[in-house]
Amino acid sequence: MRLRILDSGHGFGTKALFALIRTVSRQPVLDVIKLVKYRPDFYGGPMSAVTQEAMRGPSTWSVGDRELMAAFIAKTNQCEFCTKAHSAVAQGAYGDGKKVSALLSDLDTPAIEEPLRATLLMLVKLTREHTVNADDMRAVLAAGASRKQIEDALAVCFSFNVIGRLADAFGFFVPGPKAFETGAKYLLARGYR
Amino acid sequence: MWDIRQARKALTKRILEGDGKASPSERRAAFNNSGLAEPLGTLVDKVARHAYGVTDEDIAAARMSGLSEDQVFEIVVCAAIGQATRQYDTALAALEAAIEKA
Repeated sequence: MRLRILDSGHGFGTKALFALIRTVSRQPVLDVIKLVKYRPDFYGGPMSAVTQEAMRGPSTWSVGDRELMAAFIAKTNQCEFCTKAHSAVAQGAYGDGKKVSALLSDLDTPAIEEPLRATLLMLVKLTREHTVNADDMRAVLAAGASRKQIEDALAVCFSFNVIGRLADAFGFFVPGPKAFETGAKYLLARGYR
Repeated sequence: MWDIRQARKALTKRILEGDGKASPSERRAAFNNSGLAEPLGTLVDKVARHAYGVTDEDIAAARMSGLSEDQVFEIVVCAAIGQATRQYDTALAALEAAIEKA
């Protein structure tokens, strides 16, 4: 972590919480947790409300679909931390680890339904090029995604284009797979609040 | 959709208009990725366009220019949220255009 305050500038109560997490999970506290718990009135609190709504709020996309979108956005941004974190959550949500890693390397497979494939391709373009046009959106609509589904996917895209940038700018430590598995279980059980 | 709009609006209002260690004008400039002097301009532009390219030296240069860690924290947060907001607004406008001329 490039800013010392994000690593160890938390108040006493938060430090006690981190000690508890380390003891119970036997894993390091993920840097993303340290970020949202630092001065949470500024960023962590209001951002968690956005992310919770995007990832766990009402939507016809499943939790697995939305976590897969997060993993794709992270991969496009070349954010190693977020790609590993949300691949693990998507795998847990789908109950199928091979499906997620196969999709992340190749979307051209019958294993994915057309509306989700078209939506992922649009999110990747938006993330990579910072823009999309009406023709891109027409392609997603023609593939069978509804207006509401596209809006929901854009909310996921917003959240993870924020979080991925912060992970890379602040230099999040990338731990081993066990830590991400533990984090994924927590996010599936408790969400982002 | 209503809930996400409200939540996003509250987030933006908080980081740009609420209390902070960086000035409101610096936070706004970081959000807009526009009008910041060096070395902050480079850091903010990297966060917006290719955050994976941010280095220890970029953060150190911002600190050496006289900013505290809390100020750097706020400015980087504003830069990230600003870029994600521009992407989101552009995409929603494209969706509107696609539906109007379907």
